[in-house]
Amino acid sequence: MALSVDSSWHRWQWRVKDGFPQSASEFTPLLSTRRQSQNYNLRQQRVVFPNNRIFHQDWGKISRRYSGNRICTTKYTLLTFLPQNLFEQFHRWANLYFLFLVILNWMPSMEVFHREITMLPLAVVLFIIMAKDGMEDFKRYLFDREVNCSSIQIYERKEQSYVQKRWKDVCVGDFIQMRCNEIIPADILLLFSSDPSGICHLETANLDGETNLKQRRVVKGFSQREALLEPEHFHNTIVCEKPNNNLNKFKGYMEHPDKTRTGFGSESLLLRGCTIRNTEMAVGIVIYAGHSSKSIFTQQGPTTALRDKMKQKIQISPFYSLGILLCLFSGHSLWNRTFEEHPPFDVPDANGNFLPLTLGGFYMFLTMIILLQVLIPISLYVSIELVKLGQVFFLHNDLDLYDEETDVPIQCRALNVTEDLGQIQYIFSDKTGTLTENKMVFRRCTIMGSEFSHQENAKRLETPKELDSDSEEWTHYQCLSFPSRWAQGPTTVRGQGGAQPLRRSQSAQVPIQGHSRQRSMGRCENSQPPVAFSSPIEKDVTPDKSLLTKVRDAALWLETLSDTRPAKPSLSTASSIADFFLALTICNSVMVSTTTEPRQRVTISSSTKALGMSLEKIQQLFQRLKLLSLSQSFSSTAPSDTDLGESLGTNVPTTDSDERDDSSVCSGCYSTDGGYRSSTWDQGDILGSGEGPPLEEVLEGPALGLTSPELCYEAESPDEAALVHAAHAYSFTLVSRTPEQVTVRLPQGICLTFDLLCTLGFDSVRKRMSVVVRHPLTGEIIVYTKGADSVIMDLLEDPARVTDSNVEKKLRKIQARTQKHLDLYARDGLRTLCIAKKVVSEEYFQRWASFRHEAEAALDNRDELLMETAQHLENQLTLLGATGIEDRLQDGVPDTIAALQEAGIQIWVLTGDKQETAINIAYSCRLLDQTDTVYTINTENQETCDSILNCVLEEVKQFHGPRKPDRKLFGFCLPSEMPSTASVDVVPKVGLVIDGKTLNVIFQGKLEKKFLELTQYCRSVLCCRSTPLQKSMIVKLVRDKLRVMTLSIGDGANDVSMIQAADIGIGISGQEGMQAVMSSDFAISRFRHLKKLLLVHGHWCYSRLARMVVYFFYKNVCYVNLLFWYQFFCGFSGSTMIDYWQTIFFNLFFTSVPPLVFGVLDKDISAETLLALPELYKRGQNSECYNLSTFWISMVDAFYQSLVCFFIPYLTYRDSDIDVFTFGTPINTIALATILLHQAIEMKTWTIIHVLVLVTSFLMYFVISLVYNATCVTCNSPTNPYWVMEGQLSDLTFYLVCFLTPVVALLPRF
Amino acid sequence: MTWSVTARGAHQPDNTAFTQQRLPAWQPLLSASIALPLFFCAGLAFIGLGLGLYYTSNGIKELEYDYTGNSGTSNCSVSCQCAWYFSLPELFQGPVFLYYELSNFYQNYRRYVVSRDDAQLSGLQSALRQPINECAPYQYSAGGLPIAPCGAIANSLFNDSFSLWHQRSAGGPYVEVPLDRTGIAWWSDYHVKFRNPPLVNGSLALAFQGTAPPPNWPRPVYELSSDPNNTGFINQDFVVWMRTAALPTFRKLYARIRQGNYTAGLPRGAYRVNITYNYPVTAFGGHKRIIFSSISWMGGKNPFLGIAYLVVGSLCILTGFVMLVVYIRYQDQNDDDDDEE
Repeated sequence: MALSVDSSWHRWQWRVKDGFPQSASEFTPLLSTRRQSQNYNLRQQRVVFPNNRIFHQDWGKISRRYSGNRICTTKYTLLTFLPQNLFEQFHRWANLYFLFLVILNWMPSMEVFHREITMLPLAVVLFIIMAKDGMEDFKRYLFDREVNCSSIQIYERKEQSYVQKRWKDVCVGDFIQMRCNEIIPADILLLFSSDPSGICHLETANLDGETNLKQRRVVKGFSQREALLEPEHFHNTIVCEKPNNNLNKFKGYMEHPDKTRTGFGSESLLLRGCTIRNTEMAVGIVIYAGHSSKSIFTQQGPTTALRDKMKQKIQISPFYSLGILLCLFSGHSLWNRTFEEHPPFDVPDANGNFLPLTLGGFYMFLTMIILLQVLIPISLYVSIELVKLGQVFFLHNDLDLYDEETDVPIQCRALNVTEDLGQIQYIFSDKTGTLTENKMVFRRCTIMGSEFSHQENAKRLETPKELDSDSEEWTHYQCLSFPSRWAQGPTTVRGQGGAQPLRRSQSAQVPIQGHSRQRSMGRCENSQPPVAFSSPIEKDVTPDKSLLTKVRDAALWLETLSDTRPAKPSLSTASSIADFFLALTICNSVMVSTTTEPRQRVTISSSTKALGMSLEKIQQLFQRLKLLSLSQSFSSTAPSDTDLGESLGTNVPTTDSDERDDSSVCSGCYSTDGGYRSSTWDQGDILGSGEGPPLEEVLEGPALGLTSPELCYEAESPDEAALVHAAHAYSFTLVSRTPEQVTVRLPQGICLTFDLLCTLGFDSVRKRMSVVVRHPLTGEIIVYTKGADSVIMDLLEDPARVTDSNVEKKLRKIQARTQKHLDLYARDGLRTLCIAKKVVSEEYFQRWASFRHEAEAALDNRDELLMETAQHLENQLTLLGATGIEDRLQDGVPDTIAALQEAGIQIWVLTGDKQETAINIAYSCRLLDQTDTVYTINTENQETCDSILNCVLEEVKQFHGPRKPDRKLFGFCLPSEMPSTASVDVVPKVGLVIDGKTLNVIFQGKLEKKFLELTQYCRSVLCCRSTPLQKSMIVKLVRDKLRVMTLSIGDGANDVSMIQAADIGIGISGQEGMQAVMSSDFAISRFRHLKKLLLVHGHWCYSRLARMVVYFFYKNVCYVNLLFWYQFFCGFSGSTMIDYWQTIFFNLFFTSVPPLVFGVLDKDISAETLLALPELYKRGQNSECYNLSTFWISMVDAFYQSLVCFFIPYLTYRDSDIDVFTFGTPINTIALATILLHQAIEMKTWTIIHVLVLVTSFLMYFVISLVYNATCVTCNSPTNPYWVMEGQLSDLTFYLVCFLTPVVALLPRF
Repeated sequence: MTWSVTARGAHQPDNTAFTQQRLPAWQPLLSASIALPLFFCAGLAFIGLGLGLYYTSNGIKELEYDYTGNSGTSNCSVSCQCAWYFSLPELFQGPVFLYYELSNFYQNYRRYVVSRDDAQLSGLQSALRQPINECAPYQYSAGGLPIAPCGAIANSLFNDSFSLWHQRSAGGPYVEVPLDRTGIAWWSDYHVKFRNPPLVNGSLALAFQGTAPPPNWPRPVYELSSDPNNTGFINQDFVVWMRTAALPTFRKLYARIRQGNYTAGLPRGAYRVNITYNYPVTAFGGHKRIIFSSISWMGGKNPFLGIAYLVVGSLCILTGFVMLVVYIRYQDQNDDDDDEE
């Protein structure tokens, strides 16, 4: 089909481009005949026909070409397993070498042993590794199967309805119906959403790690449909681009039957792996399935082979053996030359010919290779694998790396990199979800210059678990002291008598909104992924007591607005507080939705009361409250008043009633706000006892009616959600938001509906967002602005312009104090946002609105105009206050980072986040210190970047002057410029902050070298706004250029590339998807686990393995040298004085287990010491345990010991009638004893296992040798050591030799 | 607290001393108070042993004679005779062993060592007819008959023979000293490893019918000796030769002298050893020796082990002293430091 179709397509396209008039018959490929579907260029585009009646033939033809939805991540299939695995294994140098040996042995002229014998070790090794690979692959297969067999609703053409099928049955062109919380099985074009506005909410945590919800729109033209999309009525053909790996780019169009086209983009594409949220139902058509779906396509990059430093060094040994062999070769030639004629022991070959000298020598050489293959211990590879398995076992079993909350121990997915954990020099960490929990929590705020530190809140955040127990205590307390109150309603009785989870559920239900459904099943099904932002820690903000009082006043003040309008905008605290919270509630883009399942309610007595409540009662209540607040506003510090006020405040009806009626809902979220609750109740009781129950009851009434629907907040950024939740804690509740109106419920339960006049969305240039609303009570037009402190502070109303000097002073004071608080927040690592407001006059706004309209309608430089209009509005602001939001760090992150830095590990944070956020976090997790100099490089220009880098480098070099020799530029040495060691401490450490664009410039402009040089001086580097690709590029850059061991840690799909690029990838399993975990080598559940993982296990694994490898070499060199020495006495002929089987046994049984135990169990330094002194980690980084000197020392040792072990028996048995094997047996025994004792000396810690293994090995040698020597009369022909061992054991000399030699051999070790 | 119990998940690792790597461990630390006595004790023990060994070894007598001769006389194609006269001034304490020694003969040469067929030697019929390939080129004779015993080792069987004559009094007649040629091989070799093929009609010769002797042998294997218990594969000289020596210079036991008047050893007097030889060694620069040796509880004469023990023992003591000095000095310094503090 290729050429003709292609050309016709091109012709057609070209005509379209040039605007040729087209006639339908000729150029529209779709409708004329079915065959014309071929006209689509399938090479460049993907055509999707819907799988319904009309198109099913086309569909059948086309979709066959596309991959199905079955995924297969396994490396092998059942059929290819054997050949492919063998092929891969023979990529290993050593395996090839051994194969070569085996082949050599098959050649008749060089056959030394029975062919089978030589094959045995190789076969064993291959088999073990094959079994391991097979197991790993099988696990993958099981996982695939699980995924492939998940069920989904697919439209079935024949039955004309949606049928439950499995994921793997999904084909391109199928219609898929998805419900809320279902995972999307393939890349799907959204055609229908149950949401009236055609929006489908999506959680992409599985892909990019962001937990906030994304919106996807139904393809244009489908959004208005009211009814469910009927697949049979879908007559369109979809043309889109070929599968690619760009997650955020997608383009295509839809051809309608009437030949018109509708374009769509990535905003309509539901990506595989995402989860549908908050949308009841969505229908779409499958565009890409299986391996061509974008999320899987992205992962298909070639995984870099992890290099293994140790293994590279292991490769030395073949050269060593080659050296020995060459030695033997020449020795043999020389020796052969000494004879004039062939002696009787020089046996000619089978035909009776003697080989020419060189050829004979060459054969001898090859034979020797076979003989001395023990030198490269094939068992070493097996042992290393086994030791790693053992290490992984212990890693896996470490309780300290186990997370109780999620019930997940560490997962080791790669078995061969354990020792690299001990050599890490660079850590690249993701920020969100890795360092932080990705949970925004409202921490503190400052309003009108007074700071509300929210101590309880802070406390709650710090110690969530303790508070849990507190809440229990409190319940007890409650039961004891206020029995009468508790006995009031049936629910309270239940609460009292119920089991513990019930109590907890009470306290967890504080906020009204939330996913009650989620909660109710949370306990039993922890595996259920949490709905975005539903974790209690984010939502439950403990109000500051003093602020709460004031809020109460403010609310009342707000109340009064309806009655009497104040003449001028008051600057009173109350009004500001009210404004502040209104701004928090309104000034955002948070969507409110009710949960789909109605909450199960228990009928309770109070609700019946509430129904009967009259409006007068409410009125009455307000009167009372007013009175209270009046008295308080004058003397806010009076203790009694605040007490009362607090009690009022905490008696927020919503919380109160909510608790009661929810107490029967068994929920699983663990409580984190017990402290808060306790205070609430306490205060409430004081109040209750003071003023009597009526007030309480009155308060309960309206609240109950309002709270009945559960509210969910869907925010685009977690900050916004946090602010809304915070406001909610003060009972300013966002109830609904439509494009025109926002409804807020005030503490008193009254709903205010603001007309939303305009929303100026957030953008990164302005760094702020504003809403313009009309106040329903006063009718004023108010601009609420929220934004970064740096921006807002500049836009504030100039105090000097205020006429009233009092006010001016006050304003100045407020600004100064707020600024001070902001600095404080920043130092604490909080994200700061300033809230400001502005009241504009009607006329001004009208004028501005028309400007705005023009700007929106403008075609050219629309963006600039919009920006300009925004600037017009957002000035002369009145500062209301500021908030500090904490992106909560995970437990123990600062400690971990400090320890890792102390251990000499450079930590880089690579994040896609904003620069400010990243820096804040860096400060709060002690990655940067307040005293550090932080250089920020943001540029898009190559030259600037170059010069900035140069400048910074110069400057930094001045700090670190003494380290660099380039300072001698001026020909003479500047005296005393070098800071002494004492002053080095004074030199501030350097942090570098760089953003994605600059990184691009660096990568493109070949500035990597300079960049890296600069980073060498830096204590830490932050890369903000970096894409996943950049992340992996940085990792690769550092890894390859600096030749260091790197570790990447991340939790989201955006970190996958980075994880794969590093030597070790660590995935954080937890809230977000499994993609990072799937591609990682290790998966931990908390960042703090990294500390023990690296400092203790890394060190152990590395030192154990390194010492085991060194020991292994020692062992083999020692042993082979024994054979080598013997060659001097057997004409370099390659005969051995030890039976070959015993040689094999020696390596295989007698001396293999002790090193394994050694490699798995030995602890050179205890865990406590390692954790206390992170500096010890540096030994691994410099590979001190396995460097050349230690290697050669042990080689020399082996050399010496083999000399002793050979020559003492030699001298003893010289001039006697000793035969070959009788001579070999004591040597073998001595070697064994020496090697085992050497091991014993090497061991740092002795446990019962060590002793047992050593003793067993030694005894086993005798037992096996005795049995073998006694039974083997004719086996292993032509030679066998029959009865040799027995003979030796009855000989005294044997014991004497065996006693003396190990002592001599090991004496130098002391 | 209850919470943690209920939340204890299925995946929680076991909290045992083993899995948590908290097994009780002992760290070997050698302090001076342990090491010093250890060194001294070991040293003393070694010296004691060494002295014992040394004196025992010194008590062993050896008499040896190199009968290789010069290149002119040593080339015997058929069979030559020579004699070695010696006299003993005093009793040569028994039991006396007669060895022959070959030097520079690499019986441990790899291709030589493997050139044998243990199955054939253990009397297996099938192996008798089909020797294994390692025996090549001494596997089949030129006539195509299987060689029994096959292989290079058997082919190069040492065939010099010795007889010892004693002259009790000067000028008196030489009396032949009985040489016990049995029991020179290992018991296990003679009784288990080496077996003749089953007799055919009570005749060993028939059993070996259809085989050829090794090319260098003048007569077939079943005629090695007239003694039916010492012929064929179980001929003791043959068995001894087949146990290949470990080193290029080696001895092999030829006979023991323990019969008649010579149970206690060789009494004083003049002796003559008649040597019948035609075994070629000059080609590879080898030498042939004949050796009379007595043995002790530790075997033949070898002063090395005793000397080695002595040396090691004294080294131990020496090191002990050095360490003691260092230790005392160091301790003094420590004390000084303590004082200063």
